[in-house]
Amino acid sequence: MTAKPASPPLPPSLAANPKLSSWVNFDSDGLVIVSPGKVEIGQGIVTALAQIAADELDVEFARVRMVRTSTAGSPNEGVTSGSLSVQHSGRAIRFACAEIRKLFLDAAAERLGVEPDVLSISDGTIAGPGNVSTSYWELADDISLDRDATAAAPPKSTEQRAIAGHSIQRLDIPDKIFGRPRFIHDLALPGLLHGRVLRADLLHATLVELDEARARQVEGLIAIVRDGNFVGVVCETEAGAEAAIVALRKGATWSPGETLPDEDGFAAWAKSQPAETSVIASKKAASPSAKARTVKQQYTRPYIAHGSIAPSCAMAQWDGDSVKVWTHSQGVYLLRSDLALVLKIPADRITVEHVESSGCYGHNGADDVALDAVLLAKAANGRPVRVQWSRADEMSHAPFGAAMTIEIEADLDAKDEIVDWRHSIWGNGHTARPGRADLPTLLAASELATPFPRAIAVDPPAGAGGGSDRNSIPLYDFPSWHVEAHRLTTMPIRASALRTLGAQGNVFAVESFLDELAFERGEDPVAFRLRHLSDPRSRAVVETAARRAGWKPSAQDGIGYGVGFSRYKNTGAYCAVVAEVEVGEDIRVRKLTLAVDVGEAINPDGVINQIEGGAIQATSWVLKERVRFDKTRITSNSWTDYPILLFSEVPDVDVEVISRPEIDPVGAGEAAHGPVTAAIANAVFDALGVRLRDLPITRDRLIAAMELSS
Amino acid sequence: MPKIHFRLNGAETEIDADPDTPLLTALRGPLGLTGSHFGCGAGECGACTVIVNDHAINSCDTPLWSVADKDITTIEGLGSEQNPHALQRAFIAEQALQCGYCVSGILMSAAALLKRNANPTSTEVKAALDRNLCRCGSHNRMVRAILRAAAGMRAP
Repeated sequence: MTAKPASPPLPPSLAANPKLSSWVNFDSDGLVIVSPGKVEIGQGIVTALAQIAADELDVEFARVRMVRTSTAGSPNEGVTSGSLSVQHSGRAIRFACAEIRKLFLDAAAERLGVEPDVLSISDGTIAGPGNVSTSYWELADDISLDRDATAAAPPKSTEQRAIAGHSIQRLDIPDKIFGRPRFIHDLALPGLLHGRVLRADLLHATLVELDEARARQVEGLIAIVRDGNFVGVVCETEAGAEAAIVALRKGATWSPGETLPDEDGFAAWAKSQPAETSVIASKKAASPSAKARTVKQQYTRPYIAHGSIAPSCAMAQWDGDSVKVWTHSQGVYLLRSDLALVLKIPADRITVEHVESSGCYGHNGADDVALDAVLLAKAANGRPVRVQWSRADEMSHAPFGAAMTIEIEADLDAKDEIVDWRHSIWGNGHTARPGRADLPTLLAASELATPFPRAIAVDPPAGAGGGSDRNSIPLYDFPSWHVEAHRLTTMPIRASALRTLGAQGNVFAVESFLDELAFERGEDPVAFRLRHLSDPRSRAVVETAARRAGWKPSAQDGIGYGVGFSRYKNTGAYCAVVAEVEVGEDIRVRKLTLAVDVGEAINPDGVINQIEGGAIQATSWVLKERVRFDKTRITSNSWTDYPILLFSEVPDVDVEVISRPEIDPVGAGEAAHGPVTAAIANAVFDALGVRLRDLPITRDRLIAAMELSS
Repeated sequence: MPKIHFRLNGAETEIDADPDTPLLTALRGPLGLTGSHFGCGAGECGACTVIVNDHAINSCDTPLWSVADKDITTIEGLGSEQNPHALQRAFIAEQALQCGYCVSGILMSAAALLKRNANPTSTEVKAALDRNLCRCGSHNRMVRAILRAAAGMRAP
């Protein structure tokens, strides 16, 4: 008797949701119904997952239908974030489909009276010698998928895949191009009412007085809801809801809350706040070299807004003591947990279903507005209520990506080689997502008459890539280092997850500082990096980006070139960038040349699209973006006061994907931001010889720095 | 309330509404056309762009009275899956979007540009789109798609 080979471990998402039927079903119309726990946020994930399912099951891509994620039945895959969807959901679907394929092959063999290994599957039809055939759909009634996955059937090898690995047109694009209702803002529900919430310009304000008289005169008004500092209206029409809010705003008197820190003295403020200090990494050299001198610099990045083009929006409908919520939250189960905490009802009385919105780029107001809708819908007598935030609320009350202050210090030996590296970070934690603590983090929860305390952002653990410390541990072969993070335990300005968490700030600091050290030595920055990089995949992206950009083009007046590199989270996608900038009247990024390695690229064009998008968004962060505030309020609450990159300012972006089909895929959505940020800063230095260590890099700051250095 | 009349995607249309109502509110509400999107309500992001008498305008801060008796085209009138506009074909071919919330407005700005300039340079395309914000970073793909559509429309 021979022992059966042990099955590989189940992918984590499948282990957490083992029932095969929770992932895949066959319907009577000849379709394959796939139910992922990750959601579409404009990154094309639903298409990539459909590709994987079609491949493993041997069905045409067009037969796959992807179901919206809902707590009513979808697998619980936590939150769609961290560029992990292909890793998590993709692997789970791949293993589930491989096992389902085998179950059906075995059943077909029995029905057809042949051995399974003489059967083949083509577009769901299972056929064997002598024209015998059946199909998934014929057999579906006989095979229950209400069984737990075992990972006993190995997924196909890379060479056997026909669809994954190819650029496929995204499933969601036609609706968006033809203007068909697809976004939550466009969804029609019978009897839909419209809600709006009144929020003060002031942060953490207290409502002193509210005159409702004028709002009550608005035609079609259903209700004015007030619970402590939470105030909203429900109206028959959207225009009516807007008019009622305008009237209420005039009748509201607020007193300011906690005083905000001084925007221009922010780094000093952050360093003076109570904080929880953690050592992120510490490595000692076996035989330390003598240090001859120490170099130290400080780098900062401001608060950055998510700036979704769509205002946050949600719908809710009560039916007795149960409520259904439609949301563009990145985590339907996590949102449900927080709603249950606030409403003080069991989670099973809340159904949360995902509907698409615009890109969110992290934890924006999506979850907050869902609670707003649930609270307002209580006054709607069982009718559904849609609540939509204003642009100003989006830009001042949604969480921001946390501001960061980073100090790096290097000990150099007599030959100016790095012998020790120390990296310290001050700032708020990078996540206050819902559903992870025993207190809710939703905005309105802190506004109620019996309020929950305002959540203080924390950092995800190192195993999840960390938060403020993300990408702070050097990828370079330095002999010793010490990295520590000081997470503030006060939070006057609301911070939570923004794309890359702390990685953008840390990579900016690390890669800028390296550039400074290379310059001091008179060494080429690409050569300097390669000399400290032994990992072959790291070297490959740096070498590829440099080669593709023709590193280093000959000097021209006012033009500079800079390089940046990182491996996202130190475990994800590798990315290197060469930036070309032109500094004249203004700072213009002319071209970004990127090399990226995501392992197997399921949809190569999708990867390029994500990298291009990340590169352009990072350019916007670097050149323009900074949340502005005074002592009481966020002042950058419109696109005029919070400008982002315009079409005419967008650089050319050239991407080379280094294909590694044999290596498990990782996400691409956050790989470019850090390296692009650093490459632009380094290119500005190359152009002018002036080093800017505070983001954003603007003309005004450049002039100030030049005056200081002259 | 006074009745306001205009042509909407080629159809004679009349609406009973406060003349100061933003065009976008009327389109998305009583007229049931949700392809034009609300982004900021202040004419700063272009998600609500429609074409009025050949000009791309922000419908969120355009009052109904100002479009009386005019020709309005929205994304729903640009083309359909069965009969797509060259721009829509090109945007699909280039996969020129990520989330797509801004894209209906961008298609309308591009359509207005191509009506007045059949052979724009890439710089002219970018200038024509400076009133439309895209947050996902799909700009270059969109510019490529618009140039592709323009070339296709010029081809005999």
